[in-house]
Amino acid sequence: MHALSFTLITLGGALLAGLVGALTGLGGGVVLVPLLTLGLGVDIRYAIGSSLVCVIATSSGAAAAFVREGFTNIRVGMFLEIATTVGALLGTVLAAYVSSSTLAVIFGIVLMFSAAQSLRQRVEHIAATEPGSLGARLRLASTYPHEGKIVSYGVTRVLAGFAMMFAAGILSALLGIGSGVVKVLAMDRAMHLPYKVSTTTSNFMIGVTAAASAGVYLHRGYVNPVLVMPVVIGVLAGATLGARLLARVHVKPLRMLFTAIMIALAIEMLYQGLTKRI
Amino acid sequence: MSESPAGHTHEDFALEQRLGTLLRGGVILSASVTLIGGVMYLASHGNVPVSYHTFTGEPAGLRTVGGVIAGVLRGDSISIIQFGVLLLIATPIARVLFSVIGFARERDWMYVACSLLVLALLSYGLVHGG
Repeated sequence: MHALSFTLITLGGALLAGLVGALTGLGGGVVLVPLLTLGLGVDIRYAIGSSLVCVIATSSGAAAAFVREGFTNIRVGMFLEIATTVGALLGTVLAAYVSSSTLAVIFGIVLMFSAAQSLRQRVEHIAATEPGSLGARLRLASTYPHEGKIVSYGVTRVLAGFAMMFAAGILSALLGIGSGVVKVLAMDRAMHLPYKVSTTTSNFMIGVTAAASAGVYLHRGYVNPVLVMPVVIGVLAGATLGARLLARVHVKPLRMLFTAIMIALAIEMLYQGLTKRI
Repeated sequence: MSESPAGHTHEDFALEQRLGTLLRGGVILSASVTLIGGVMYLASHGNVPVSYHTFTGEPAGLRTVGGVIAGVLRGDSISIIQFGVLLLIATPIARVLFSVIGFARERDWMYVACSLLVLALLSYGLVHGG
């Protein structure tokens, strides 16, 4: 295929990936990697390199607004980024030993799990920080705006959250995704931060996590500029469009459709990986 | 009380505004550079056959910060795209650097230490390639 036609096709696919990522709240990476590998026959290493770059773009773009509005807990983010960056650097080391087929299988499992998570009902729990606990010593408790009021919240089980963030970092580097689903689980379920704080702080952290492994992969030659260009521009445009749509239209039927697509992609990744086609 | 709609301190609010502006600016700048490089490339190389089916790895000049900058100075379109990618990777790193400064202004030394540690890990990845 010629560069121009390849760029236009990739641009269209990336736009769709950005849109799906924004509407399902899962980010672009989990859709982009299957799209590039299964749809366009791109080697999984190039796909992972491009996807990580996109993940930095979309998460930083979204995080910019949320941090200014005060939803993001910058101390929780900064502290847990120690775990995600160490995890991400370890993930880049592991990536050198894991075959493409194994990566495809792990990807399929994570994609399946992410699709299931996007359908779950959300239960809001607000915790109080135990005096003398790690959360108290790290001064992680804060406030956030909720329905026109300022709501205070505490933090529990910081070490469990930290361990889950380490795993999120490894997965992010191995698969070229933001690992937002695992990050939100760590903050929402383990640490009992409010859901809105968990999702916005996850977004805030994703850029740093992805930057750690993207820097390493750039050195390894995983980042192809001609492939990355339409992918970044397309995903950013799709994510921006998705954010506008979210504010305007009722997206529940769309979200169900996209979740079904993700489950199909997960099955295809598992199949291709298990039969060593990838 | 502060002017923060979220009830954060005046200093934290100021830091949040700076970080938000930095992230937004970084994304817009890097996407623009990438797009300019891409249009330049397609204008001159639109008919070149491309394939990413087998991994060959990028040439050395596109793998290091120095190599990419040298390419940009030569006016090489592919290097300009890669420079946009580097700016994008630098955006969260700059955000961590701004956090170090912000927490230092608040004399919050525990978080200065946290941010410095993350900054060191990120710089290690980008400079040494892990």
